Amino acid sequence: MRHIISILIENEAGALSRVAGLFSARGYNIESLTVAPTEDPSLSRMTIVTTGTERIVEQIIKQLNKLIDVVKLLELTDGPHIEREMMLIKVKASTMAQREDVKRLADIFRGNIIDVSPTIFTIELTGSGDKLDSFIDSLAEHKILETVRSGASGIARGDKCLHV
Amino acid sequence: MELSGGEILIRCLKDEGVDYLFGYPGGAVLHIYDALYQQEDVNHILVRHEQAATHAADGYARATGKPGVVLVTSGPGATNAVTGIATAFMDSIPMVVITGQVPSANIGSDAFQEVDSVGITRPCVKHNFLVKDINKLAETVKKAFYVATTGRPGPVVIDVPKDITDPAIKIPYNYPDKVTMRSYQPTMKGHTGQIKRAIELLLTAKKPMIYTGGGVVLGNASDELRTFVRQLGYPVTTTLMGLGSFPASDPQFLGMLGMHGTYEANMAMHGCDVLIAIGARFDDRVTGKIAEFCPDAEIIHIDIDPSSISKTIVVDVPIVGDVATVLQEMNHLLKTSKKQPQKKAVEAWWQTINSWRAKNCMTYDHHSDKIKPQAAIELLHEITNGDAYVTSDVGQHQMWAAQYYGFEKPNRWINSGGLGTMGFGLPAAMGVQLAFPDETVVCVTGEGSIQMCIQELSTCLQYGLPIKIIALNNRYLGMVRQWQEFFYENRYSHSYMESLPDFVKLTESYGHVGMRVERPEDLKPMMEKAFAMKDRLVFMDIVTDQAENVYPMIMAGKAHNEMHMSPNCELPQSPERELS
Repeated sequence: MRHIISILIENEAGALSRVAGLFSARGYNIESLTVAPTEDPSLSRMTIVTTGTERIVEQIIKQLNKLIDVVKLLELTDGPHIEREMMLIKVKASTMAQREDVKRLADIFRGNIIDVSPTIFTIELTGSGDKLDSFIDSLAEHKILETVRSGASGIARGDKCLHV
Repeated sequence: MELSGGEILIRCLKDEGVDYLFGYPGGAVLHIYDALYQQEDVNHILVRHEQAATHAADGYARATGKPGVVLVTSGPGATNAVTGIATAFMDSIPMVVITGQVPSANIGSDAFQEVDSVGITRPCVKHNFLVKDINKLAETVKKAFYVATTGRPGPVVIDVPKDITDPAIKIPYNYPDKVTMRSYQPTMKGHTGQIKRAIELLLTAKKPMIYTGGGVVLGNASDELRTFVRQLGYPVTTTLMGLGSFPASDPQFLGMLGMHGTYEANMAMHGCDVLIAIGARFDDRVTGKIAEFCPDAEIIHIDIDPSSISKTIVVDVPIVGDVATVLQEMNHLLKTSKKQPQKKAVEAWWQTINSWRAKNCMTYDHHSDKIKPQAAIELLHEITNGDAYVTSDVGQHQMWAAQYYGFEKPNRWINSGGLGTMGFGLPAAMGVQLAFPDETVVCVTGEGSIQMCIQELSTCLQYGLPIKIIALNNRYLGMVRQWQEFFYENRYSHSYMESLPDFVKLTESYGHVGMRVERPEDLKPMMEKAFAMKDRLVFMDIVTDQAENVYPMIMAGKAHNEMHMSPNCELPQSPERELS
């Protein structure tokens, strides 16, 4: 089962390695991890996507809470939430037909072409992980030169907030 | 008052009430040692190896309940300390370890004696800090002590680059009275609703069992536990780490449980219908086969660390909180409760337990012409009136000490339970003896373990520590040999040590008293003689029966009712499933 855990953590050197180290030391799965400072520069917000049984995820949450640098955390998959991931993807588009088809697919997926060269389109696309996967699938006829994915970020819907 | 970083560090330790600092100097901590030289409040104990500094501080902490403090240099100083830090971490011992670091500007440059101490220690500390600014030094020390000693205790490392302690840079000194950390607020008080549920469940029990661990010792909850156990009239067992938290001579005590626990304790675990775990963490050496652990029991678990609850064994009534606080509340509820325990059923349960007890699982051969290690420990109990502080190393001797000493008081049994660190015993005994100079301190060890930190005999001479070393010398790495006998068809691969030193001469060369005992009839007079030398360290090299094994034994991965018994016991030696 896939779970998304959102963490507020002290923005200290080494805080990220404490979290990453915990996952490797205890053999927990980690699908993606994103982290950046929040509006309060002393805090970072981290989103971890992990898989495991309910029991394992309960242990992961307890172990994360035990880290001294972790201020608060929330399991987003416990309730309604929004999940977004950004992808930058470079696709070969040298012929007219290719350029038109890639442009059309990008439009369907509401992606933006953010860089163009005579033979290449670079597309920016945001959405759930599934949507990004589908976009990659839809480009099967084309040559993908490079993909960069940010990993998922998430936030709870409605009134529920993760803050200090 | 303006102080340099080195002076601030030492002054913080003084203000924190630290009386002993265990350490070893080196380049990165020279400024700190210079500050240490110019004061008299904090006593520095110079060990012979950094591992011993951490074990000594650890022993001090286990015996006193106060944090142990260590100072070592960068690089090899820090890496040598890691074994001791991990030992303390596994057993939740409060400790503050200050490691020197190369100057800030050199960090990351592969400088002389540089290691990433924060990185290396991260998985085996409760928390660690790298000090980057002298203005944060005092606050960091305060935080380190706060984190180490509160909640579930543990070791905390403070890595201090050399430039931070530069004597040329002085700042006003201000040690905070207290710190609060938004990210760290341990839960002390248990959830009242859960406590009530637990009491209700306990009072419905027909075959109850109380299983307690090191948390009772660490949480200073022995008195509360005694009241709790007496009020209920239920049987109680402790883990290796919990020995002494309940008096061994009490009729309600069934002895230790687990891999080398008693028949009655393990059978009672297997047969119970309500189990309450108090400050214990369901370690694999305790649970045996998880799938068959307490198959019929509803389980209550009190622990200060939420991550200990339902980690390996899923429990029915979890209570997160300080053991003493929760037990106080439980004792109060029991006292005022209208309901009573199921008297008749519990009486029948005791009858069953007493029939197990009558099998006398701990008996051994009393007529051997060789010295039996069990007899040596029983004699030790007799000669020390069961009132000594006993440290141990790791292996068969550790189990025999745990099984046969009979601890009546908490904080007196000091061993590396979680990590199982050979070499722990002697330095730990140094820490205990320094804390309690007038008490009898014994290190029970083997000829294998003692050689892992034997150099500390020199430290013992320097500080006049009259430790009594009881070395059960069977010329084997006994526990390894035992497993090789059981599981590897007697292929004793490298568990036999040739060329053992003459321990008597070795001890004498370190300036202490050495004795060798080879015959059972000499054991008592020699041990009496050793303990009569109150102000001398005595090393008793006791030549014991090589073939002796630790019994009972639950083989790894087996259930509590599948014990192997001693051939001297009236129970069948190999396990017959007893379904109770």
